[in-house]
Order: sequence, then C-alpha cells, then structure tokens
Amino acid sequence: MATINRRDLISSLLGISAATISGCSKPQEVRIEGELLSPDFATGHRLRDPATAIGAIEQWKEIPVVIVGGGIAGLTAGWHLRRSGFEEFELLELEDEVGGTSRSGDRDRFRYPWGAHYMTTPMPENVALIDFLQEMGVVREVAPDGSPIVSEEYLCREPEERVYAEGQWHEGLFPVPGASQDDLDQVADFHAKMLEWSTKRDAKGKRLFALPIADSSEDSETRRLDQVSMLDWMNEQGWDSPRLRWYVDYACRDDYGLTIDQTSAWAGILYYAGRLRRESHESQDVITWPSGNGHVVEYLRRQLEPHLQRRKLVARLKPSGDSGRDATCELVVFDKDQDCWIGYRAKRVIFAAPQFVAKHVIERFREGTAVNDQPFRYGWWLVANVHLRGRPKDSGFPMSWDNVLYESKSLGYVVSTHQSGIDYGPTVWTWYYPFADAKPRYTREQLLSVPWADWAEMVMTDLEIAHPEIRSLVTRIDVMRWGHAMVQPYTGFVWSESRKMASKPDRNIHFANTDLSGIALMEEAFFHGVRAADEVLGFLKERA
Amino acid sequence: MLNRAPLFLLYLNVLVIAICGLIYELLAGTLASYVLGDSVTQFSLVIGTYLSAMGVGAWLSRYIERQLARAFIEIELALAFLGGISAPLLFVAFPWVDWFRPLLLGTVFAVGVFVGLELPLLMRILKEHLDFSDLVSRVLAFDYIGALIASLLFPLVFVPYLGLVRTSLVFGILNACVGLWSTFLLKPLLNPRNVSSLRWRSIVVMGILVVGLLKADQLTQFAEESTLGGNVIHTSQSPYQRIAITNKRGGFQLFLNGHLQFNSVDEYRYHEALVHPAMLGSRRPERVLVMGGGDGLAVREILKYPEIREVLLVDLDPAMTQLSKTFPPLVALNKSSLLDPRVRVVNQDAFVWINEAVDPFDAVIIDFPDPGSFSIGKLYTSHFFRKLKTKLHPDSLVSIQCTSPLVAPKSYWCIIRTLEAAGYRVRPFQATVPSFGIWGYALASLSEPDVDAFQLALDQGSFRFLNNSNLHELFVFPQDIPSLTPEINRLDNQALVRYYDEEWHGYD
Repeated sequence: MATINRRDLISSLLGISAATISGCSKPQEVRIEGELLSPDFATGHRLRDPATAIGAIEQWKEIPVVIVGGGIAGLTAGWHLRRSGFEEFELLELEDEVGGTSRSGDRDRFRYPWGAHYMTTPMPENVALIDFLQEMGVVREVAPDGSPIVSEEYLCREPEERVYAEGQWHEGLFPVPGASQDDLDQVADFHAKMLEWSTKRDAKGKRLFALPIADSSEDSETRRLDQVSMLDWMNEQGWDSPRLRWYVDYACRDDYGLTIDQTSAWAGILYYAGRLRRESHESQDVITWPSGNGHVVEYLRRQLEPHLQRRKLVARLKPSGDSGRDATCELVVFDKDQDCWIGYRAKRVIFAAPQFVAKHVIERFREGTAVNDQPFRYGWWLVANVHLRGRPKDSGFPMSWDNVLYESKSLGYVVSTHQSGIDYGPTVWTWYYPFADAKPRYTREQLLSVPWADWAEMVMTDLEIAHPEIRSLVTRIDVMRWGHAMVQPYTGFVWSESRKMASKPDRNIHFANTDLSGIALMEEAFFHGVRAADEVLGFLKERA
Repeated sequence: MLNRAPLFLLYLNVLVIAICGLIYELLAGTLASYVLGDSVTQFSLVIGTYLSAMGVGAWLSRYIERQLARAFIEIELALAFLGGISAPLLFVAFPWVDWFRPLLLGTVFAVGVFVGLELPLLMRILKEHLDFSDLVSRVLAFDYIGALIASLLFPLVFVPYLGLVRTSLVFGILNACVGLWSTFLLKPLLNPRNVSSLRWRSIVVMGILVVGLLKADQLTQFAEESTLGGNVIHTSQSPYQRIAITNKRGGFQLFLNGHLQFNSVDEYRYHEALVHPAMLGSRRPERVLVMGGGDGLAVREILKYPEIREVLLVDLDPAMTQLSKTFPPLVALNKSSLLDPRVRVVNQDAFVWINEAVDPFDAVIIDFPDPGSFSIGKLYTSHFFRKLKTKLHPDSLVSIQCTSPLVAPKSYWCIIRTLEAAGYRVRPFQATVPSFGIWGYALASLSEPDVDAFQLALDQGSFRFLNNSNLHELFVFPQDIPSLTPEINRLDNQALVRYYDEEWHGYD
C-alpha cells in the first residue's frame, strides 16, 4: 500500500490547486495539539475476518430482551421499553460510550458534536417524537393543532447560516452576490417547486415527502423520483444554473454524503420539501444544542444507565427454533474488558446496529440467504473539532451557526458555542467532510493510514480560504474518522424492496436503525427504535 | 536685472504667501474649536494672537538690515515647515500634553511672526526696483485677494476634501515651493555662495512635508476627525469593541464601535431617566443589578440612594470598566462610582452570566448598547428576558434603554412587546436627550408598576433633570409616537436587529 503524499491528498480531497497548499515541508511549524480518533475499527473488523475464532463461552446470561447497539435507535428502543413499564433488558454497545454517530465530546468546558448536530422541529403528525421532546423539555407545549412549540433556547439562534463566496461572507446558503438573473430565477423556481411538493398528497392523503419516511406516499410518482438522480431530475426541469447545482449538491453532501449525481431525486427533494411547513414558505425550525445531538444521547443515557453494557462486541446472533412463543436467540459476545467470550439467551433481540454489521453477525445474513438486490452503502466521513483561542476577523455577514465555503468540497463548520450565546473569545468549530466522490481516489485502508498531521493540515487549508489568519488562532484539532458514517440514499435505493424488507423481523430479531430508512436522520432512528420496541412489547403482551 | 523678471510672477508670489498665511490661521482656529469646543472663544483667541504676532513680525523686520533676499527665503522655509506641520502636530499632541493651549497659541504666534515678516521684507526688496506707490498698492491688493481666495477655498474645498491635517501639509509644501522658486526669482540679490544651500534646505523641508502627507491617513485615522466629529482624547481596541472618547463643544463623548454612548454635556438627562423610575417602586432598593453601563454613570445615579448596600455591574468589556475607574474625565463624571466599595464589577457577557444562580435584586437597570448586531440583539430576546425573571422579586422594577421611539419605532415597540411576551407588565417611557433626540425606555416588572404613585425619594438637589411633575410626564407619549405591535424578538429570528438596521440605516 502506497503512502499518500500530503499535497496530493489535500488538493484532491478539497478540490483546490496543489500550488496553494502550504505546510508541506514544515509540519513541525504547526504548534497545534490533537488526536486522531475513530470508532473501534480493530474490534469491529474482527467480525469480518473469517479467521476470528469464537472462543469458549465462559458464562451464559438469560435476559428477556437484548438491544444490540447504543446509537439513537437502540437508545430510543430502550427508552420506549422503559416508558412502557418494561425493565428486563440490556443494551450492548461495542464502543466505550453510547451515542453512535450522534456522540459528542467535551474539553476545556466546551461541548461539541462528533457527528449529527441538529434535527428539525417535527411536524404535528410525528406525535411520538413530539412526546419525546416534550419529556426532554425541548418542546414547551403543544398547540391545539398538534404543532410543537419548542423552547426558544433550543431553536437555532440567528444568524443561522452564512456562505463564503467572492471574498466575503453572505447571509444564507445561496451565494447571491455574483449570481446572474438566470441563477436567481432558477433558485426561485426551485423553491416554488419544493413548496409545491411539500403540500402534495397522494390519493390516500399521504404526503409525498414526510418524515419519518414511513409516512410518505409510496405511489408511482415516489418510485419514479427514486429511480432518477437529483441531477437528472433537475436537468429534466431545465435547471442548469451552476449556482443552483452547487446549492443542491451542498445539500446532498451535507445530509447524505453523496454528490448531486449520485443522490436519489426523491431523497434530494425530501431535504427541502420534507421540512416545509404546510402552506408556508418557512422551513421547520432547526433544533440544536452545543453538543449537537449528543444532547439527546446524554438524556437517553441518563435514563438507561442501569441497562447499559459498554465495550461488548456482539459477534453472533443465532435465533433458535421458530418464531414461536418459546423461541430464544443466542448471542455470542466478546467482553473487551474481561477479554473473554460470554453468551446471552434472550427471548427477543432488537438489532439496532447498521446493516453492514448484520451481515457478519446474523446467521441468515452470513449464509447469504437475505434479499440483497440493492445493497446498503455507507459513506466515509471526516469530522474535526477545531479549538480556537479567539475569533478571526470577518468581512461581511457575521459568524453564524453554520458556516459554509462555496466551492469547497468540505461542508464548512458549525460553531459549538453559538447556541450558548458565547460570541467572544475561545470557541470550538466542528468541521465536516464527506468522502462523496463516486470514484474514490483512495481506498479505505489508505485513508486509515493518513497521519493526524496531514488531516489537521487539510482542515486548516480549507479554513484558510475564508480565514487567512486561522493558523495563529488554532490550539487543537481532533480528527474523527468515520468509516461507515451514514447510509447513502443513492439512486434507486430508498424505495427498493431490499431497503423495505430489511425492517421486517427475522424470527425473534427485530431491526432498528436509521439505515433502514435509507437516510441517516435523528427522526428516522427514533422512529425505528420506537417501532422495534413496540414490536417486542406486542410480542411480550401476546405471550402474557 | 530683477526688472526683467515678469512682474506677475512676483505678484503671484505675494498671492500664494497671502493664501498660505490665512490658511494657517484658519487651520488653527478650526482645530482649536474641534478640540476644545466653544468656537467663538477659540477663533477670537487665534485671530487675536495671530494678528498681534504679525504686528510683532512687521516690527521685527526693521532689525533685518542685510541680505534681505536670503532672510526672506529662510523665513519662507521656516514658515513652510512650521505651518505645514501645525495641524498634525497639534492633533497628535492634544491627547498627550497638559499644556495644549500654550502649545496652540505659541504655534499661532510663531506662524504670525513669520507671516508678519514676509511682506515688509518683500516690499523692501522690491522697492529698489519699483515705484513705491505702485508697489504698495499692488502688493497689498494681491495680499487681500489671497485672503479672499483662502477664506473661500478653506471651508468649501480643503476641509471637506482634504481634512485639516492634509490641508496643513499641502500648504506647507506650497509655501516651501515659494521659497525654492524665490531662489531663482531673487537670484541676482543673493550671495551666490548661499544659493545652493537655500535650495537644498527647501528640498529637505518639502521632503519632510511630503512624507507627512503620505502618512496623513494614519494620522487622521489616529485622530478620527472625520468619523467622530471631535478630537479623540482616548482610543483603545479591546477584543470586544473599539472604545473612543472625543472632546468637543465643552464636553466629551464616549463612542463604542463608532456609536455615541453618551455626551458629558447632557448624559444626566439620559441617566436620570434610565435609573430613577426603577428606584421608586414599592420595594426600596438595597441591591441593584446593572447590565451594560460600563461607563459607571447609571451606577452614579444609583449610589445617590443612601440605603444602597450592593450594586452588581455586569459588563462585557474589562477595558471599558477599567477606563471608567482610571480615565480622569470619566472618573470625575461618574463620581468614582465604580471604585465605591459597594460596587462589584463582573466582566462577562450578560447572556452567559444570566445563567448563574444569584439572589434576586430589588431593581435592575439595563443599559446595553443599541441592538445593532446579533451579539447585542440576543440581549433583548424573550429568552433573555425570561431568564432575567429568576433575578427578580415579584415587585422588583426593571428599567431598560430601548433606542429612539421616534427614529426607530418598530425597534422600540419590538422591545416593549418582547418584554410583554416574556411575561412582564411594561410601562413605556421616554425622555429628551439633546445628543440623542427623543429616547425610549421601558419600565418592566412582574407586577404592574404603580407609576402614578411615583414620588422622587431624594432631595430635589440630587437631580438636574427630574422633578416630581416631569417624572410623570415621561410616561406620556406624544401623538407622533403611536404604539405598534411588531414581531417578538426571539433568539431564532433576531427580528429586532433587522428592524434596527432597517430604521437606522441611512439615518446617520
């Protein structure tokens, strides 16, 4: 495996000329601390290594329900079980801490996200999520028409977003200065079309674009949109403005980690139309916290603490017997702390890990008998938390929550102190980069070998576009490599049979994860967690 | 030989000399008015000093007996140098020296002496070559024409387009040109050994002034004469804001990021109206919270009540509160309020501080800057006002400065409606502050403030603006300030910042 040249790495990933990249020869000049982080690849990858031998089980535990995976879906499932009065379950998590891609970090009194960092205010139809947010204290009250009234401190504080283009920051995500009249007309057309989609309903009265997507219409129009890419669909509409394309491409990369030509048009439209309030031009308000969705994780963690088992790798899941009342499922688990193998016998299992894990763990998947015409695909992401000793000087629109660089392949950064109203002094920025290229230049193994200094240099090179003095302000850069961060709603996948079938229980294994929706969103993870817990509760009730 | 020199060139020389002389005088007068205020006094003093100095110069000219042409050129060069650097010198010196007036009048006197020497010498030089009556009539005529040109161009062209510093330097250069040119014009009358030395000296003087002209931007920025309309007597750039104090018309003014915060001449009106209504509720204030107000002027008003035990001042910028403790004019104005042992200063963003657990206060004074940016707008949101409730007793009064209801009615009523939405009973009120115009405030409480029962709780001698009748008139609004119901200012819409921007934009 060839090592990657830093200059090539940065110029190809950011899409900028190699000549503008500094620091190649003198990385030691950058007096910045930092760590290279990742999920537990080593233990996780043991699963796919056929040579991994399962040792002798030293101890068996009998427990009615086991939840595998402590991301939002698994935690939500546990929360829903408890809320329904059921306490006899354990949640097994591979990592040192629960949260999955919604986890957060803290250092020097700052809290910041490591992945998912916001959700949109749910529509009145999403009663379960509104209930949950009300219990959390995020929703203050529910209006008579069912719409949630979110407490002001959790709604994203203005200024919400800005974009750096033509040497200045501008309000909003679409760079208006420098845009032609044609660009502006096409954007207006685009938004009008999204508004039209947002109110459109099928013959049964279902919205074409709803969250959770299980509430969306599944008629032929939906399927047709899923079969074309967002780019092709925009071409059908005659929208060729480069700025509009950038704007939509940004949205696709931001929410899905895919470029505009890879994203299913249905998913691309959902980004906009799924969030527009009925009969209104306004998007549903963004809910966020300094630690991003880590705030939700933290709330759930406190509720579930006695049920949580961390540092446990579930290696095999074997349903025994039929799906009848006395069926059990055996779990073979590696205990990272004790360095030993233990077994669980459960009546029901909620498998809340992603599908790419299922194929190594669940018997039926291992035997290759599962339907798999449209595979689940996941994107590589890089997330960096950049600690600054002060704020750079800005020209144009002031620092916002979300700060985007026009024509960079990164997604820009989110300011973790924004929601706390801390507008001066030290701060932490969370910088996002999705590896969205259709033909990746580097293999995952190559990317794993890139040292911290090269990633840190890439982050600073990107930020330097808008903040030339950034190097003098950065004190620390921690870099997280997410190998399989988010499921990708590529063309044809969202409404494919294999995606839909994956939610169906396999004997006494129930599935819960955002990837079952084909898109990675807090709302979807929550939906599947509650749904799977309900399936389990239904079974238990029936048996009693 | 001199006869052969074109006469009009000589008269042009006189004209330029006359223009330069008057420009120096006008510069000194204008600068003294900017810096010290009271333009009548400053102009009288400058003109009187200048004219009498010219008399002294004219009288001294008799003691120059030999080498008249050389003396004339040397005086031109001295005048070019002194006149040219006069405005920048005085501007830069003002914040640093205690003896500014002597420096100013001394400079004016020296310039006047040199100008007074010029014409007598020139006339004596020319008298050998011209008919005396012709000479006197023409020289004096051109001298007075030059004065007219200078007095017209100075206010119409030079001050607006060049500013004082550049005008000063440009005329110094022009004056030095006259000196250099005279070495050619008067060459027959000069000792040949001196000519090149005089020319070199002319060039050196011009060079110095040209360098000054190139650096004039930094000087004017330093003096901020164009933006703040007065002379800057203090500036500092803190991490949070640019602090400037200027001095004009007998008072001094505080600017934060270029926005006027108070003028010492009429700030008593603003602060009496801001503070005292909140002190007159049913609860006698002993502990008072002040947010913003790092100038210490609101605290000065609060400390007039002898029963005050504690004042907590929460202000973002330590540079501002430190200035209020140490900068002599400000310490004199706030009566050392921030040095009082009962006053505690916390330098923190009030938006962050508001989350701290503290006992409720008897009264709260909010004196934040106008909501011209998002980072200030957050301090006027329903969220912030809700958090503030935890710092209040049910009958504590809160007084808030709310920008001008006349210039920015939507902004003003936005703050009022936001307070109401956050659960306060609100009484809007207003006062006239000449430096600001009609200024708006809000008196808010969790229970209805009984404004009608308000009686000043201190001797009338404690107030310059308020008395028991105009205290009640503050709560009466005129017809041209109707009550409005704009959007509520929330963290997630920052409606106020947009209103404020829209209403004040183009007003200044």
